[in-house]
Amino acid sequence: MDNLIDIKGVRHAYRTKAGPLPVLDGLDIQVAESEFCAVVGPSGCGKSTLTRLVAGLMRPDEGEVWLHGKRVTSPRKTVGMAFQNPVLLEWRNILDNVILPLEIVAPSMPRRDRVARAEALLEMVGLSGFEGKRPSELSGGMRQRASLCRAIVHKPDVLIMDEPFGALDNFTREDLWQTMRDLRAKEPFTAVLITHDLRESVFLGDQVIVLSGRPARTQYVLDVTLPDDRTIDILYEREAGEMLHILRDQIKIAQGRGAAEAQ
Amino acid sequence: MESLQKIGVPIAAILVFLVLWEALVRLNGWPDYVMASPSDLPQAYARFWELFLVGAWQTLWRTVAGLLLAVIVGVLIGMVMGFSRIMRDALYPLLVGFNAIPKATLVPVLALLFIGQHDFNTVMMAFLISFFPIAVSVGIGLSTLEPEYRDILRSLGASRVTIFRKIALPKTLPEFFGALKVSVTLAFIGTNLVEIVSPHGRGLGALFLSGQTNSNYPLMFAVLIALAVLGIALYYAVVFLERVFAGWAERETT
Repeated sequence: MDNLIDIKGVRHAYRTKAGPLPVLDGLDIQVAESEFCAVVGPSGCGKSTLTRLVAGLMRPDEGEVWLHGKRVTSPRKTVGMAFQNPVLLEWRNILDNVILPLEIVAPSMPRRDRVARAEALLEMVGLSGFEGKRPSELSGGMRQRASLCRAIVHKPDVLIMDEPFGALDNFTREDLWQTMRDLRAKEPFTAVLITHDLRESVFLGDQVIVLSGRPARTQYVLDVTLPDDRTIDILYEREAGEMLHILRDQIKIAQGRGAAEAQ
Repeated sequence: MESLQKIGVPIAAILVFLVLWEALVRLNGWPDYVMASPSDLPQAYARFWELFLVGAWQTLWRTVAGLLLAVIVGVLIGMVMGFSRIMRDALYPLLVGFNAIPKATLVPVLALLFIGQHDFNTVMMAFLISFFPIAVSVGIGLSTLEPEYRDILRSLGASRVTIFRKIALPKTLPEFFGALKVSVTLAFIGTNLVEIVSPHGRGLGALFLSGQTNSNYPLMFAVLIALAVLGIALYYAVVFLERVFAGWAERETT
């Protein structure tokens, strides 16, 4: 099994009062070990459902989700999650927020080791010195940094992110893209990033998957052929520009299909 | 300076209140069998201080016992309603209806059900009147927990109990203490209700009643003031607990 994540022919419908609402219809995604997979698509196309599937929080009606050669049927300890809302626990300081997953996954790990691990991560994302602060004392970008640390503190196989930078302003967002890039260089992990931002998908992704409008299927897969140590500047060069162009066109097609079905 | 203001301002306000009260009685020339004035009170306290101590203690422990019962039952009902949609739909109208019943009407019911069990009846009333806000706030706190909070732990394979202990419970604490501040006053009212209404009662309520029977108006007003002091003490005890357990929810005002 080469792929760390293997999603094969997944279909899923939510049961609503107005009858079944299909959200996923033929989803195929393959992500290799330590690859970064960005997923883009029109609003409301079922991207968040995808995160819940990979995390094992729900099971698809049809199709299979494989993680590390094992079929996902229930939550696994080997997943880290980050959302648009950083969902930090307000009654804990930043350090104890980052430690939280270790309390569940590695209950026997000594406190000293947990603290050391969390401190190392916080340093990587530039939050040294904020360990004792409450989440409410931090800016939105800093909270999201802490949330990312919490998502990878237990060294998960997969980091699943659902628009983690969506609520941040542009400059903060670009800062966090670079933090993400540096974090990966030091701490390799496999990642699935759901995003609305095409530039983000190209800057961070090794592959970008375009989903069609609801019900979502895999519409297009773009291999990002940029060097690993890319800078924000690269987004303004020809190669990235062409990729963004292709993605833009694909999104238009995806939206078109969604609109046609809605009529 | 700041702490001086914190203590000084409320004390000054109380003094102003007492002066106005005294002035009201004197200017109207009311004798103390119409309305007692603050200057009548020290005499009443001096004469009946033993009764005040015994009564205050009886009122206090029964209120606290009723409140503790309300916390336990209220949190349990709140948990049931917070976690189960069906139970919420089932229990809500019942609870609202029960809460709407004037509790004075339940005094004779309790008195007949548990004849002579005065302590028990009083604690029951304090409990019955005060569990509702706790149940509702805990229920709402739990049912409005953002799903992401749960997902973060659920995706790690955490059990429901762990999720409750690590996330739902602490996150609901501010709402819980908000409700407890309401409940503590209600429980206090419940205790006094039974003490005043039921014959051969005990506590400060009974002392009030005996003041009334003997037309001792200074005693009645002295009891009212003692009740107010006790109520303030109970309220700030809850505020203190809130600071200790849910102090994180307080934002610094800058």
